[in-house]
Amino acid sequence: MKNEKVSLITKPNTTLANKTGAWRTAKPMTDLLTCIGCSLCAKICPEGCIVMGEISESAANGKKLKPKNKKLKPKTDYNYCKGCGLCTHECLVKAIKMIKDY
Amino acid sequence: MSKPESKQILEGSRAIALTIKNIAPAVVSAYPITPQTHIVEDLAKMKADGQAGFEYIRAESEFAAASIVLGASAAGSRVYSATSSQGLLLMAEVVYNISGLRLPIVMTTANRAISSPINIWNDHSDVMSIRDAGWIQLFAANHQEAVNAHILAYKLAEKLKLPVMINVDGYILTHSYESVIIPEPKKIKKFLPAYRPENGTYLNPDNPVTLGAFFTPAHYMETREALHEDLLASLEIIKKEYREFQKIFKDETRLAAMPFKGNVYSDGLVVYYGPNKPKTILVALGSLNGTILETIKDLKNIGLLKIKVYRPFPAESINKFITRTKNIAVIEKAINFGQAGPLYCDIKAGLSAAEAKNLNIKDYIVGLGGRDVTKKMISKIIKDAGRRDASVKFVGND
Repeated sequence: MKNEKVSLITKPNTTLANKTGAWRTAKPMTDLLTCIGCSLCAKICPEGCIVMGEISESAANGKKLKPKNKKLKPKTDYNYCKGCGLCTHECLVKAIKMIKDY
Repeated sequence: MSKPESKQILEGSRAIALTIKNIAPAVVSAYPITPQTHIVEDLAKMKADGQAGFEYIRAESEFAAASIVLGASAAGSRVYSATSSQGLLLMAEVVYNISGLRLPIVMTTANRAISSPINIWNDHSDVMSIRDAGWIQLFAANHQEAVNAHILAYKLAEKLKLPVMINVDGYILTHSYESVIIPEPKKIKKFLPAYRPENGTYLNPDNPVTLGAFFTPAHYMETREALHEDLLASLEIIKKEYREFQKIFKDETRLAAMPFKGNVYSDGLVVYYGPNKPKTILVALGSLNGTILETIKDLKNIGLLKIKVYRPFPAESINKFITRTKNIAVIEKAINFGQAGPLYCDIKAGLSAAEAKNLNIKDYIVGLGGRDVTKKMISKIIKDAGRRDASVKFVGND
């Protein structure tokens, strides 16, 4: 190729350099205290942007966590979340709200 | 000096299949369609009879066949496919993917009209639909030219990382018999070494790479510009490789040359037959050139320009010859609906304003859907070429 800066052959995972989260016009925000940690949102996210992980006291705004809140909680990767709203729609306890993001 | 291979009387399809067998691709995949069928039928039989070492992968459609050779090529293999007409249209998406991925795939198109109305006979409508897809487009005028073009095609494809399509007129070349020399594998290897792509440029579990990744607006345009520039730059390399080809394949070059008493000039991209200052120059692609040459052989003041390489478009080579006269008659087997014939449009676009000023270029659409193109029609076109009237005409009857 004449333009060596742009190569058609790349290493696996390098496509992650393309941060596609900017395509979003609405952003899903999860209230981790309401969340029951069922992981439905992580399972249905079409972009694979939600992973379940441990929640820290600081993420819960310093509030004491009840037993139901000690489960693994969803963490959304906003670098690639396109704001489709499926997680919000499917959440059993309405813990996820879409907010304007533009 | 090696003993010249013997001439054989072969069907065009058989000649192409035997050439492919000697070029020895690792993977062949195709879906049968008239008039390409004999080529891939022959290859499948060679495989079944244990005469060929390639994998022959049967496909459920042309889309699948093109995708299979795409995958095999991406995995570092030399591959081959062939198609026609509707089959090429069904492949269209993959045809673009192949050039976009810069895969050195070689494919034969046995040119046929496209539907509707359904028609299985020859014209160039099929290839014209994907002529700008980023492939090198070669056209053969006779059997030996087709054989030679396939060997050259693999050399170009693998050297330039560009796919190459060889266009042979359906029936006229694929189903007729001519005398041909099929070069032996040993001789082909002298010109075309075994395909060994560089490590890290193909799919390999030991050294994983990504081909065909996602390109955002920040980078996509550079890939298009690079493909365009590489195609244009390949004109010089095609010329060079053709000179190299002629040195190794002397008998094959001689047999491919169409007999003509007058002057013949060739640069590997185009061939000009005729006087230095002709009254009219006819321009054509593919097997039409045989009929035209037969018509003009005794005419003192008519020239013929045969286009062998259609993409990249050899504007400079064409202009060098057509500016020798005033009257140009482009004779072609395709029409861009609502515009004019594709070759005519290309020739006009390739001329500078100064060059175009004195030229009377006319476009004659002939032979659509297998309508016979006769010497009488060519004579009629020669007479008409000097008149300054409608620039695009359909010539369908004697």
